[in-house]
Amino acid sequence: MLRPDGLKKRDAVLRALRQFFHSQGYLEVETPIRLPAPAPEAHIEPVRTDGWFLQTSPELCMKRLLAAGCDKIFQICRCWRRGERGSRHLPEFTMLEWYRTHSDYRDLMADCEELFLHLAAALGGERAVGGPPALTVDGRVISLTRPWERITVAEAFHRWGQVSLRTALADNLFEEVLCRDIEPHLGQAGPALLYDYPAALGALARLKADDPQVAERFELYINGIEIANGFSELTEPVAQRRRFVAEMETVRSLGRQPGPMPEPFLADLARLPPAAGIALGVDRLVMLLLDVRTIDEAVSFTPEEL
Amino acid sequence: MFTASDLRKGLKIQIDGDPYLVVDFQFAKPGKGQALYRTKLRNMLNGNQFERTFRSNDKFDRPALAERHMQFLYSQADEFHFMDLNNYEQIVMNREQVGDDVNFLIDNMEVDVLLFNDRPIGLTLPNSVNLNVTKADPWMKGDTSGSDTKPVTVQTGYVLQVPPFVEEGELIQIDTRTGAYITRVKK
Repeated sequence: MLRPDGLKKRDAVLRALRQFFHSQGYLEVETPIRLPAPAPEAHIEPVRTDGWFLQTSPELCMKRLLAAGCDKIFQICRCWRRGERGSRHLPEFTMLEWYRTHSDYRDLMADCEELFLHLAAALGGERAVGGPPALTVDGRVISLTRPWERITVAEAFHRWGQVSLRTALADNLFEEVLCRDIEPHLGQAGPALLYDYPAALGALARLKADDPQVAERFELYINGIEIANGFSELTEPVAQRRRFVAEMETVRSLGRQPGPMPEPFLADLARLPPAAGIALGVDRLVMLLLDVRTIDEAVSFTPEEL
Repeated sequence: MFTASDLRKGLKIQIDGDPYLVVDFQFAKPGKGQALYRTKLRNMLNGNQFERTFRSNDKFDRPALAERHMQFLYSQADEFHFMDLNNYEQIVMNREQVGDDVNFLIDNMEVDVLLFNDRPIGLTLPNSVNLNVTKADPWMKGDTSGSDTKPVTVQTGYVLQVPPFVEEGELIQIDTRTGAYITRVKK
């Protein structure tokens, strides 16, 4: 739980985020948090409320705004994911998402680099003067100097995985190997961008043109912690519907009832220009910038304190 | 019945017929993927410890554990006899079930016996116990070897480090959870 000092630091982070996106020509938008049909995703369970759902991400409405003619938009909002509670998870948390048209996931990776340089300069105080940009986390210095390390999922499995990527996918061990063998190595000396995920693991991401086995999706890791997830957007309504149907089937196989198909989103998708979008966990970002070990220490109240 | 989402440090669950204590717990969910419930478990029967990761759909039985307040009567060979002071019912535990608590168990001591499916599997002792020092090297006044402690043996055969002034025949208080010396006790 944050009290005055911590809340002031969190306020400074939020202000620096808005400052960055406004300075880059982004429009801050707000979209409804209660939805009749959330994005069907196999392993993200929405909270039901009065027949509708609390958003698990503002993604669908953000993309509809791009389809309606917006170029660069961002939003800082609350999201809810049922059953997610741990030292890095809260069932209600703050998300930052930004979207840009005529861009792909590589542009978002560059955005991440620039955003963190801005944050370090805005929040770093004395450290920002002179020396190279860096974060101090748990007594170690994490250099923010560009370019950050970029490593594909396949390379990471080859380098650190106890089983191969192929075996991990076949035996339903992808998350386990990622979590146990790979994540602890990511983002130690400097932030790491893990990219090109297996196609099946990017329900709303565009497949790579020259390698349809992988989706143009990446995750930003710092100090072994996943901070942001971005991708080049899938803009084909037929393919998107097919993937949603597959996700809904997985939800059923796990014994849960999926929500309805988000039809207005699929209808708008046909008008979406090439675009890219990314979601960044603000509470985890605050955790990192405040140099605390649990997400509980980055928010005003945890659910247990209510 | 417990599900994976009930897992937390300190929870006791049953797997393949054995009771386990969750000694460490972490929730993880990498990259929009499946939730992982990573645990470190200790088998409450044999003390074996290992790591295991569960998924959302895993379920566990609640182990039939109970505690019973009893008095330690005596030990004979490798058998330890306890009695319920309310109904005078007696039970016997073996050396393995008593474990390291044998170091602090003295006649007439009141303890809590942990039962699994009505079988005794472990003890909870009072936090401290007073034991007689049966063997100690004499304290040489003016000893300048610089040693802050010395080993002594107590009536149960347990050996521990104590300050140099503790002498044979004295009564000392020991923390049963850590096995460490607390203080001298006047008889």
